[in-house]
Amino acid sequence: MSKTRETRKRCSPAAVMWGTVKYASLLLCSLISVLPIASCVITAFKTDAEYKTTSVMTLPQNWLNFDNFIQAFQKANMLTAFKNSGIILFFVLVGSIIIGTQLAYILNRFTFPGNSLIRNLFMFAALLPAIAMQVAVYEIMVKLHFVNTLHGYIVMMMGTDVISIYIFIQFFENLPVSLDESAVIDGASYFTIYTKILLPLLKPAIITCMILKGAGTYNEYYCAQLYLQDKTKYSTVATSLYTFTGPLGSQYNLICAGVIISLLPALILFIICQKQIYSGIAAGSVKG
Amino acid sequence: MKQVAVAGRSRKTFTQWLKSRKGQQAIIILAFTFIPLLLLFTFTYLPFGEMVKFSFYKMKYVGKREFVGWDNYAALFQRKGVVSALKLSLYYMLGAVIQILLALYLATILSMKVRGGNLFKGLMFFPYLINGIAIGFIFKFFYTRGFVLDTVLQWCGFSLENLPFWLRDQSINNWSLVASSVWRYFGQNMVLFVGAIMSVDDTLYEAAELDGANKFQQFKYIILPSIKTIVTLNIILSITGSLSAFEAPYVITGGANGTGTYFVVMNTIAHTNQKVGLASAMAVFLLVIIFACTILQKVLFHFIFRNASADDESYAAKKRGRRAGKEKLV
Repeated sequence: MSKTRETRKRCSPAAVMWGTVKYASLLLCSLISVLPIASCVITAFKTDAEYKTTSVMTLPQNWLNFDNFIQAFQKANMLTAFKNSGIILFFVLVGSIIIGTQLAYILNRFTFPGNSLIRNLFMFAALLPAIAMQVAVYEIMVKLHFVNTLHGYIVMMMGTDVISIYIFIQFFENLPVSLDESAVIDGASYFTIYTKILLPLLKPAIITCMILKGAGTYNEYYCAQLYLQDKTKYSTVATSLYTFTGPLGSQYNLICAGVIISLLPALILFIICQKQIYSGIAAGSVKG
Repeated sequence: MKQVAVAGRSRKTFTQWLKSRKGQQAIIILAFTFIPLLLLFTFTYLPFGEMVKFSFYKMKYVGKREFVGWDNYAALFQRKGVVSALKLSLYYMLGAVIQILLALYLATILSMKVRGGNLFKGLMFFPYLINGIAIGFIFKFFYTRGFVLDTVLQWCGFSLENLPFWLRDQSINNWSLVASSVWRYFGQNMVLFVGAIMSVDDTLYEAAELDGANKFQQFKYIILPSIKTIVTLNIILSITGSLSAFEAPYVITGGANGTGTYFVVMNTIAHTNQKVGLASAMAVFLLVIIFACTILQKVLFHFIFRNASADDESYAAKKRGRRAGKEKLV
């Protein structure tokens, strides 16, 4: 009975039409999403001569021509850039996860005067557009001697990440307080409860936040170019692409290779952690 | 907070108090909130205060500062390009609405049974993970005369002579930038909406199908009411987002040819011209507008959802906790 119903429904003209519209729109939108990136990939494999003579959408003769990638990697000093990005990522992630989980622990588990004040201070901070704030942050960074140092940039990036604090608080809400209470009865200190009991349980949230924050930090370029001005020593992967402005500005086969290199880590992360990224977006929702 | 606790136990010695549960609590609270609050103060509230102060001075980052009162604010309205830059946000506002509608449509499709749904979703979402500078290069390349977009349009039968210079013609270049921004973010919106739609009870669809409801009716009567909150929130949010539009023009055109949005202009004034006072006044002025919008939005938001029908009420109640958190996030 239900089977005949299924088939009947699937073959009705309306269902066929809807099916066509459905797949056509998905295909079209995916194509639009891929096109700009695909054109870059195509161009990145072309030799100089090929790039100058063929149309941009003509496929390269040799898909194994990695010369542009090698050249781009060397010209933009990407080895240093990857090293710097790695250092920055490591410390920013470790720092912000520690700070974020600790703050969320306090805000969720303890009632004390000032609890809601702290929450509101963080929420209000999220309202201020980062770009506008840099006008004044710059002066503070100068005073702290943080300009042109990796540690300065790292401390600044660790700062206030409301989204992950929010995700952690939400997660804490789902961890029963009875866990803490029984540990208290056993004589555990609050610090032990945080490190030994709650932190391990928080792992899924920590992974989600690490991925989101990691992608954000890796892609950050505005503050990086503002505060890490010494481009040879302190470039990150994102800012190393600035090498291609100026005299190299029209050599797109080289530029595209650089662009592809810079987005490879994001692509790998995305392929491995698709699920966590989606759930993180859903949990952190509004920002972005 | 500590004083209150101390006062209550003033008869015991301080060390005794430290060892008590209350004392332990106070210690852990102080230890765990100190660094986050210090960072928050140093990189948000201190600069915020400084910025307001700067806006009354004529100054550079280094050197002499001169108090000028409201002059910077007056200069802001007289300066050519500042007010017109603010008007550009209208383009981005419209773009944001298109982006949300597109995302909503695709999310609806993806939440039904679709072959290869995950692949489509991934392809459309990925642009969100590309860094800004790369986006800049990708779209400079994409829009250059005779390059990607022109080639594709020529395949579709357009001739090159009739096509505009996408980044140079003032009649079209802002749309080109808005399109790149929609390209980058619609996938993220879509993922967000898919998440919201997925949280709708599955039995509702089954019941609707048994009752003979078609896809459109399902969308109108089941999906839309249940994600109304998050869609409205996103539309409202896009207003403030558009006012502070920055990335697309900054990385693609650098604000040339009349594409400089308010923040791009401010950025140049602050870091290239080093007119810190004027830039601060610009920032403060926009912040005031954004606050006003946010308050208005909150009022509007409550107004919309207080008038929601009884059916939505139960959903709203269920989601209230979550929404409350999200609203605060805004």
